[in-house]
Amino acid sequence: MKADKADMAREGPESEGMTMPLSMVHEGAKAVLRAVTGGHEMRGRLAAMGLLPGIELEVIRNSGHGPFVVGVKGSRVVIGRGMASRIEVE
Amino acid sequence: MTKTLDKTITVAVAGNPNSGKTTIFNNLTGSRQRVGNYPGVTVEWKEGTVRRGDLSLKLYDLPGTYSLTAYSEEELVARDFLIKQQPDVVVNVLDASSLERNLYLTTELMEIGLPLILVLNMTDVARDRGLTIDAGLLARRLGVPVVPAVGNRNQGMDDIIAAVAEVAFRQVSLPGPADQCRDAGPGLASLTQVATGGNFHRVDYGNAVEARLETVSQLLPDARHRRWQSIKLLEGDEALLESIPDPGVRARITAESGAFAKEVAEDSDTVLARLRYDFIGRLCHGVLRIPDRSERTLSDRIDRWAMHPLWGVPIFLTLMYGVFTLTFGLGNPIMNLIDHGFVRLAALISGFWTEGTASPLRSLLVEGIIGGVGGVIVFLPNIVLLFMAIAVLEGTGYMARAAFVMDRFMSKVGLHGKSFIPLLIGFGCTVPAIMATRTLETRRDRLITMMVLPLMSCGARLPIYALMIPAFFAPRWQGPILWIIYVTGIVLALAGARFLRATLFRGETTPFLMELPPYRIPTAGSLLVQMWTRAWLYAKKAGTVILGASIILWFLTFYPKPPADYKVPEGFDRAAIGSETRFGDLTDPAAIQSAELSYSIAGRVGRILETVIEPIGFDWRIGTALVGAMAAKEVFVAQMGIVFAVGEADETSEDLRTRLRDRYSQLVGFCIMLFALISTPCVATFAITRQEAGSVKWALAQSVGLTLLAWIVTFTVYQGGLLLGLGSVMGGP
Ligand SMILES: Nc1nc2c(ncn2[C@@H]2O[C@H](COP(=O)(O)OP(=O)(O)OP(=O)(O)O)[C@@H](O)[C@H]2O)c(=O)[nH]1
Ligand SMILES: [Mg+2]
Repeated sequence: MKADKADMAREGPESEGMTMPLSMVHEGAKAVLRAVTGGHEMRGRLAAMGLLPGIELEVIRNSGHGPFVVGVKGSRVVIGRGMASRIEVE
Repeated sequence: MTKTLDKTITVAVAGNPNSGKTTIFNNLTGSRQRVGNYPGVTVEWKEGTVRRGDLSLKLYDLPGTYSLTAYSEEELVARDFLIKQQPDVVVNVLDASSLERNLYLTTELMEIGLPLILVLNMTDVARDRGLTIDAGLLARRLGVPVVPAVGNRNQGMDDIIAAVAEVAFRQVSLPGPADQCRDAGPGLASLTQVATGGNFHRVDYGNAVEARLETVSQLLPDARHRRWQSIKLLEGDEALLESIPDPGVRARITAESGAFAKEVAEDSDTVLARLRYDFIGRLCHGVLRIPDRSERTLSDRIDRWAMHPLWGVPIFLTLMYGVFTLTFGLGNPIMNLIDHGFVRLAALISGFWTEGTASPLRSLLVEGIIGGVGGVIVFLPNIVLLFMAIAVLEGTGYMARAAFVMDRFMSKVGLHGKSFIPLLIGFGCTVPAIMATRTLETRRDRLITMMVLPLMSCGARLPIYALMIPAFFAPRWQGPILWIIYVTGIVLALAGARFLRATLFRGETTPFLMELPPYRIPTAGSLLVQMWTRAWLYAKKAGTVILGASIILWFLTFYPKPPADYKVPEGFDRAAIGSETRFGDLTDPAAIQSAELSYSIAGRVGRILETVIEPIGFDWRIGTALVGAMAAKEVFVAQMGIVFAVGEADETSEDLRTRLRDRYSQLVGFCIMLFALISTPCVATFAITRQEAGSVKWALAQSVGLTLLAWIVTFTVYQGGLLLGLGSVMGGP
């Protein structure tokens, strides 16, 4: 538990430069979700669908505009572009 | 000695959206609730019963939800049912092909402490993807029965009943002594065996969190769901916090969750969510084996086209065009058959009276009932085909793709793609479509979608088009005209939403988040059930509302009869009756009919209406039909049938379409469809809008607003058409 916590502090969005918004990830690439900037509610909805920090996801569709499709644990989730820009991945 | 249950067991069917709950519910109870391959089909709880021997179960099918923190109306329905109604057993249906995600809700269900049964549904899909699941090990670890099933093939249903019985028996037996417990039924032995699996009976959040949970739990006044409540409070659930009466307790709980958030230096709900997934990870270790390949599924390959940034929208529009023209084209031959049947029936009934005698009863039967109800029943094949097509869209999973491709337009008007699903359902019937807005996360989006929903042309308006289009347009124009009507509806709905967003409902767009199900082939059975249900509903409507309305409208059109010294008012019907002639002196049958109509209630009301509807090209006949259409849109067709049958001297020689063509121009024909599309929705829509919006204000705003819009649009088109010289009556298509 304690170790976990320390990890989290290091992996915050302001640390090592490799994080970027999900909206910049190319189609077909895999990424690890790091943080979600947004309301309590949005984080809750994402977490319930399996999208929470530490999870690996795959961008199935990113056509430059319109919503995203990501693959997470065998299911496909559509994420609006606005929301995708607030999801930090690595 | 077997202990029997002396009461009905209440069973809630809960689980993630689209996991197959309703499919299983229908299998078990023999119900015919709507099933579809997209999340959010079921939006209210439904009841059904199961009887097997002594066993009597009351099943409740709940809307799907990803967690017990409800983010939208339909999730709230599910959560409130589970928390407040306290079912005896919860059947948790899981999509086995996405087991870990689905188990998230299970951990929460374990926390509310209701007796659980897990159904691993869609094991066929899991197998196809190469997943293996050790259901026995999962059951032993969790200490609850786990039943593998394939819902759409009716496999595993008896096992579900057996497991429910087993758990329910254990419930009644628990308070008794141990030996009685052992007598309680054949299933118990397996359960005692089951109850020995490691530390998986509840989610262990680790010492630090457990200590805090304990502290919060001590503070709680309500003994029910203590653990679940503590967890929610630690997560910072505000609604739950508000429900605690004592402000002192509230403050201490707030302090506790604040301290917790500080300790973990992160959002407390994210931490708890991760701990739940950690638990699930340990639980699934050795239970679930996922193959190492990550390959593109067939669905992904179809979606390369269906969700293509360039082709997605044209594909959607082409599909829609296909749906509506097929509905029309395939339906018409059968329609003509039914029509013939009614003509024969009318002739048969007329035959009982001698030629030329005026009998009110004959007129009621032939002109009122056959002309009205028959005129509507005729379109049954079109309606059935339309709903069939919608069922296919819903069953294959294309619905969610349409939401995806339309998100581009939806976000331009300030909504998101998910709002498009209710709009599509609205092509079938506005009432369930308004219910379907429950899946939208914010009340604002819900209200906007509800307000513009009647602009999506529903099935009840199809008979109007099916009557008017062939009357006024040559065959090669019929498909495009129908399509223009439908697209006009979509465009107006989007424009309306944009308008509302810019005026009454401002603010940021709600984030779009939706699960995308894999494509499935809908079972023939489910399509037939949907078709049959719809056909039956339509026939029932024809036999009740439309029959009633037809009889009333016939009375209004037939009575009262003018006295001998009645003079036809100026301008009525443009008929050359001559305003000086007394009714008693008229000899020409056509003139008599006209005079009688002008004296009838419908004629008088219509004349008053004419002042308002003349600028949009309508006469009093259309006016009365439009008033009747408020009860149900199909009544428009019924009333046109009645007015023209009552109002014409010879009843058999010409059909309604020819009469329409003789009287109105193509432009008026088009305007009638336009007005019917946009104007006041039916009373059922009014009632459901009132219920779902929570106030009669919104329903009134919807009706008045749409009618005004209809008038303005039709006025523009009609007057514009007149200027272009399109106003002449051709007498032939
Ligand atoms: N392949 C497969 N498909 C299934 C199975 N069970 C159900 N389905 C299909 O899955 C889809 C969803 O079924 P529903 O019963 O509507 O799901 P639900 O859980 O009630 O969904 P919501 O009401 O939206 O929460 C439908 O297309 C079903 O035909 C199964 O065991 N295997
Ligand atoms: Mg359902």
